[in-house]
Amino acid sequence: MLQAYLDIHAQALFSSLGRLARAPVTSLMTVSVLSIAISLAAGFYLLVANIQQLTGGLEDSNQISLFLKDHVTDDAGVNLAEKIKKFDHIQEVKVITKTQGLAEFREYSGFGDALKALDKNPLPTVIQVMPEHSLEEGPQLDELFTKLTDLQEVDFAQLDMQWIKRLYSIMELADRGVTLLSFILALAVLFITGNTIRLELHNRRDEVIIAKLVGATHRFIQRPFLYTGFWLGFCSGILAWITVTVMLFILQQPIDRLSGLYDGVFSMRYLSFGEMMSLIAISSLLGVVAAWAVLCYQLRLTKPE
Amino acid sequence: MQNSLSTPYLPKINRIMLKFDHVSKRYPDAGDALLDVTFHLQRGEFAFLTGHSGAGKSTLLKLIAVMERCSRGQVLLDGQNLNKASDRQIPYIRRKLGLIFQDYKLLQDRTVFDNVALPLVVAGYSHFDIGRRVRAALDKVGLLGKEKKLPQTLSGGEQQRVGIARAVINKPPLILADEPTGNLDPELSSEIMKLFEDFQQVGVTVLIATHDIALVERMGHRVLQLDHGRLVAS
Repeated sequence: MLQAYLDIHAQALFSSLGRLARAPVTSLMTVSVLSIAISLAAGFYLLVANIQQLTGGLEDSNQISLFLKDHVTDDAGVNLAEKIKKFDHIQEVKVITKTQGLAEFREYSGFGDALKALDKNPLPTVIQVMPEHSLEEGPQLDELFTKLTDLQEVDFAQLDMQWIKRLYSIMELADRGVTLLSFILALAVLFITGNTIRLELHNRRDEVIIAKLVGATHRFIQRPFLYTGFWLGFCSGILAWITVTVMLFILQQPIDRLSGLYDGVFSMRYLSFGEMMSLIAISSLLGVVAAWAVLCYQLRLTKPE
Repeated sequence: MQNSLSTPYLPKINRIMLKFDHVSKRYPDAGDALLDVTFHLQRGEFAFLTGHSGAGKSTLLKLIAVMERCSRGQVLLDGQNLNKASDRQIPYIRRKLGLIFQDYKLLQDRTVFDNVALPLVVAGYSHFDIGRRVRAALDKVGLLGKEKKLPQTLSGGEQQRVGIARAVINKPPLILADEPTGNLDPELSSEIMKLFEDFQQVGVTVLIATHDIALVERMGHRVLQLDHGRLVAS
């Protein structure tokens, strides 16, 4: 009995695939349309994931820069840093002495020669204070900021957070946008698959009616159509994965070049194996769900008369 | 009657195969198709259902196959009240029936073998059983060796034999035929009727709707005559 059950499923699985293969142009067009919708969603997902990866490193830059008064010596600066380190909620403190500052400036700014013309180092000692993550926002951070500003040696303090906050808001917006877009595209996949199944059901109306007359259960009649939905989703999922991967592959070279100009901070991220599997699983599931919904509705209307 | 014994909701074999008890069927737009029809068929009986077209023959058969439900009265098939059958039970009720149609209702894109095998496939039989039983059924209707042909390559008489093979492959206790010889010449019709008599010989109940009065009179079986939805002779 189990064998017969498995036979029925295997038969439905392969006969529905065979049916799709016998109308290759129609099937290919449907699968293409579906895969375009799916690859759009996957493409936007990857875009946001890549940008997130790029901005992920910025998380720690919610730092406070203290510019010390000109008369404060390097040693006094180091002492002050030690003192600050003992404050509450401090993760890390880093001193950039006048000398280091000058060296860095000379190296990166390209104004090295101009600096030689100055008789004394114009740069102040800078202390970079990294608060704990829990302090990202809120009154405690403000409190700490005030406390640091009020230090006698500090000329002025700067909180490098505003632009990061903005960036994160934009990322959050993009993230939500992608979710929304994926939802709409999933609906499109549902409707396209559903309509395909509806047409298929219409074409095979006689067969359905005859099967009903010889005692086929709804489940039996549904099975091949559910498998058709599955195959449509499955094939579109694979095609979408190929589309996205090829598109990234084409972008790879210019992105590498761009990244090279920015010290190679960015390497492009493709869909991981898990993500690929999820993509195919989700699109297959959408196919089955669409077929099932249409069948629930249509099979009741298909009565033997 | 292995089939009846294996049906779970039937503890005993009923002597009465089919019973109509004051059955009426009214269509909302076409009025009464059947009016107060009462009769029964014993197990193994052979009966014709006659009447002018529109007398309600098809409606009566549809009530038995649960393609329609009656408006009043009750239809009992093998002891089961069809009015109370849920949608879920309908497929299992139909597996007790061998349905034969005037237009054969064959799947034109499937081979003779696949057409005949359909009721077994639907009921979940194994490949081995299906092959064996399909060949036996085709042998019975004289079409052995034509398994691989498509229906449209066969003559009308042969196509109807495929339809009959499909109807009996499940060994149903009741065969219902709606104008089975409507498209066939008299000689072929007699051959088909002979087949039905063979099935009756092995205990199957047969009910055939036809308006071929000559054929009915020649065969001399019980006749249920409908006239404008009423049963005027049984």
